[in-house]
Amino acid sequence: MIPMIFGIQNTTLAVVAALTGVALVALALIVAGLISPRSFNPQKGEAYECGIPTRGESMAQFKVGYYLYAILFLMFDVETVFLYPWAVNMRTLGTDGLLCIAVFFGILVLGLVYAWRKGALEWK
Amino acid sequence: MYDLSKGADWLNQWLLSWCAPWLTVVIECLLVGVVLLLAYAVLALFYIYFERKVCAAFQCRLGPNRVGPFGVLQSVADMFKILIKELISLNHIDKFLFALAPYLVIIASMLCFAVLPWGNGIQVIDFNIGIFFLLAVSSIGVLGILLAGWSSNNKFTLIGALRSGAQMVSYELSLGLSVITMVVFAGSMSITDICMAQKDTWFIFAGHIPAVIAFLIYIIAGTAETNRGPFDLPEAESELTAGYHTEYSGIHFGFFYLAEYLNLFIVAGVASLLFFGGWMPLHIPGWDAFNHVMDFIPSTLWFIFKAVALSFVIIWFKWTFPRLRIDQLLSLEWKYLLPINLANLVLMVIVVCYGLHF
Repeated sequence: MIPMIFGIQNTTLAVVAALTGVALVALALIVAGLISPRSFNPQKGEAYECGIPTRGESMAQFKVGYYLYAILFLMFDVETVFLYPWAVNMRTLGTDGLLCIAVFFGILVLGLVYAWRKGALEWK
Repeated sequence: MYDLSKGADWLNQWLLSWCAPWLTVVIECLLVGVVLLLAYAVLALFYIYFERKVCAAFQCRLGPNRVGPFGVLQSVADMFKILIKELISLNHIDKFLFALAPYLVIIASMLCFAVLPWGNGIQVIDFNIGIFFLLAVSSIGVLGILLAGWSSNNKFTLIGALRSGAQMVSYELSLGLSVITMVVFAGSMSITDICMAQKDTWFIFAGHIPAVIAFLIYIIAGTAETNRGPFDLPEAESELTAGYHTEYSGIHFGFFYLAEYLNLFIVAGVASLLFFGGWMPLHIPGWDAFNHVMDFIPSTLWFIFKAVALSFVIIWFKWTFPRLRIDQLLSLEWKYLLPINLANLVLMVIVVCYGLHF
């Protein structure tokens, strides 16, 4: 049994919560736009870096190490998502479920060991 | 125990008695939205004050003490000050993404906030996959931070955003796995069910060793997830000015500030839900008189007390441990927490299968 506040669907309430977030940002921006001062100065629009004129764009190539962790994350996160349905039904699935998930879990651990041995976890 | 869903039912009946059903739904949705907005803002203001006071106490200072009694109105004044600051328009930014980023950050924290169990019957969204929904939604926040850093076209923000992305994405795994450990123990992902399952004993006592390990990992990963304490290198002020929100001015910066404090509350709230019974009062099996006395304390107070106590612990971390380097941070997650977490999950399965829990 799922108790619901006011008997409204949960999905509707999730949309309401998301819209509340949008409303918070939009309202605060409108209020700030109305009451905050405005002054023009060409220097103001420059990047806040170190005082001297900025050299080059920042939307450039960056260190590949971050991508590596993103890929590893993707692999593990997708695999952990598959663990959730099993985790909920662990008691009812019993031994069969345990054996199946043990194989899956083994592959997951092997993936980690492989990445570790390949040196993907070292920050270079 | 007080059951506050009765109040909502009464209001629903009263509204239905004088207006059309569609109007009732609209009014109730508006009501939910307004309550969420107020709770969000008030809690953020309280947390800013709370953190400043706690930090001051750790450093033998007084902290804010001028505005209002004991300085309680300091954060209100600060928010007002931030609201009337100029919103500087920058030259070389990606305007659309720059404006979009605060929305994503706030929406993510607002949705998580709505999922938390505030008390017996006070919970806005109650999916039967509640805890999974919470984890899924909280990862939208990373997107907002990455966009904020990238669209600002500033070297500091870009480095801050990338660090933040790598950190939050990595620690999300530990967070997810320690949640799975507790889901195995509870046998459900619904937040109401998890609360109800802790009627007799809280999970941290019932699940003894694996639950305690899961709690420790959760609190470490949660601290990293909120970019706080020893893991604050996305906004390390000594090297990156202010990290990913360097270019944001006025209330635009305020949104990141609000979301950061709310995320602290959400992490502490989820920890109290998974390990300390959510809104469930402290019950000790066999001590009937004691349990009955505990039932008289309202469930909302229990939840807020637990969440604030756990946030105190997270703030404590900040003043105890030095900041980590990025390579230390990533190896802590991938080489220590993740293998320990996987082993802990196996341990929890053994404990549940052989009935070794209380």
